[in-house]
Amino acid sequence: MAQLKDDSAHKSYEMGLHTEQLTGRSQQRFFSAEESDNFTYPQAFVVDFDKTAEIDAAELEGPAVNLRIRELMGEGYGHIVVKNPLAKHSLGVGILNRLKLDFEGSLGYFGCGLVDGPNIRISGRVGWSCAENMMAGTIVIEKNAGSTFGAAIRGGDLICKGDVGSRTGIDQKGGTIIVGGRTGAFSGFMMQRGRMIILGDAGINLGDSMYDGTIYVGGKIAGLGVDAVPGEINDVEAAWLEKKLATFGLEAPSGVKNLQKIVSGKQLWNYDNLEPAEKKIVL
Amino acid sequence: MCGIAGLIHRGTTGDVGSEMTSMLQALKHRGPDSTGFALYGVPRGSELVMRFKVAEQEEMRHGFDIHQQVRERKAEVDRRIEARGGTIVKEEPATDYAFHYRLQFTEGSMGQFEEFKRFADYLEDVEGAEILSMGTALQLVKDLGDAGRVSEQYGLPGFKGTHAIGHTRMATESDVDIRSAHPYWAYPFNDVAVVHNGQLTNYWGSRRALERRGQRFMSNCDSELIAVYLADRIEQGDELEDAMRRSIGDLDGVFTYLVATGDHLGMAKDTMAAKPMVLYESDDFVGVASEEVAIRSIFKNEIDTWDPYEGEVMVWHN
Repeated sequence: MAQLKDDSAHKSYEMGLHTEQLTGRSQQRFFSAEESDNFTYPQAFVVDFDKTAEIDAAELEGPAVNLRIRELMGEGYGHIVVKNPLAKHSLGVGILNRLKLDFEGSLGYFGCGLVDGPNIRISGRVGWSCAENMMAGTIVIEKNAGSTFGAAIRGGDLICKGDVGSRTGIDQKGGTIIVGGRTGAFSGFMMQRGRMIILGDAGINLGDSMYDGTIYVGGKIAGLGVDAVPGEINDVEAAWLEKKLATFGLEAPSGVKNLQKIVSGKQLWNYDNLEPAEKKIVL
Repeated sequence: MCGIAGLIHRGTTGDVGSEMTSMLQALKHRGPDSTGFALYGVPRGSELVMRFKVAEQEEMRHGFDIHQQVRERKAEVDRRIEARGGTIVKEEPATDYAFHYRLQFTEGSMGQFEEFKRFADYLEDVEGAEILSMGTALQLVKDLGDAGRVSEQYGLPGFKGTHAIGHTRMATESDVDIRSAHPYWAYPFNDVAVVHNGQLTNYWGSRRALERRGQRFMSNCDSELIAVYLADRIEQGDELEDAMRRSIGDLDGVFTYLVATGDHLGMAKDTMAAKPMVLYESDDFVGVASEEVAIRSIFKNEIDTWDPYEGEVMVWHN
């Protein structure tokens, strides 16, 4: 059993993004961010990023497309272009490898879920639950996204340049989600870690029941959820935000210092220790 | 989980029968139990189009002497149409137990809402009879099986019209039978039909309230509540869009529904946005569906789509 580590010297503490280690049996961390950066899977394919292959998905079922991607990685292709995805479901899932993957078109539901490492670009739109449980890598969507965008992601950068639906980053456990447009209701619901940057408006119940993590909003917030409270952006965060947005060709509508910062009020944290009557007082 | 889809041609007509079949077939995995279509054709003057059934598909397989009963029930419906001053202009083949009539009435006899309702009640008084739809443009078809099967069974490919809504059903709240299949005609309103994906949690309370107001329910399916609710609001003088906006607050649960009238297509989504809906809109066409793959079944080229937001109501005119 791994032991809890003292993270007081961790980079994120310097940036003011995590003030406290969560407690409880489920909150042990077995890998630090630094360790996971260097982690590769034993079965990972060695690929050449200068070697490009194309897949025409028009007449293929989703699993066949995913199998073909895996076969091409096995042949050493480091750049794969998928044409005509036609909004099929569950494309590009379970890729645990370094890979440059381009989808020319739109994906359906559960696209690019459970990935750890690839750099993916989607020229169209994605449906519900894109990048669910993403571990590492980058995913850039040029158009819009459906609801539960980035549900439970653990790491990596997930970017949608257009609008997204409701419950963006629900149960987010790490990584960064960036939305160029607006997001719907209950975004950041039960968020536990990581960062979410919304450059447009946010719907009702933003950050409802969030345990930790940080949400930044450039537009109007229709309403905060339970235990979500405003915070203040410090200079280290501002520099990080500026750099992160510039990486993906985005910028805050009125500058990063004018983004609204939302964090957990942490009044719901110790629910195990509270009697029902005490909970009512807290709420 | 059910699948719903809608389309409307703006200022023109198209093969809405084939288009809706294609969209619903793409949503087959969302519900294999039954499939339903509400297709809006071009009205033929004052003619009424009526689709009705006098038995369930299940009865036809197991019912004792059911074929004789179906003949008798149909003959009684025909007699009652004639008794109300109606003429069957054309009877088009559908199935052994469901029928498709074009009716003509003497001028003015069916113009009033009360007359229309009385006529519908009179026909449904025949044992086993249920009017699936009645109107000048609406043709409502629903049966057990997937979209391809139902569409072929009822000869829907090639149906020219302006707009349509459809539904693939996974039965969660009530039986697998035709009366629990969508779309629901907003009885007794000319040309109003509804399809729904979700669960309504205040179904029984709302149903009892509407029944006390004299509204009729033909099934125990929670989705029927939306059709009856909208019919009730329209009866009280609401415009369709106003009734839909009011429904967002009055209906409890998770839902996305589509409603169509003789010349409109509308969409409403609950305040939690818990049920999916993808929208494509251009100058000459609007397509909505539970999944984008349904819209892609009729548009192979790249198109821009998005999700309507929580609590949103949208209405399009043809």
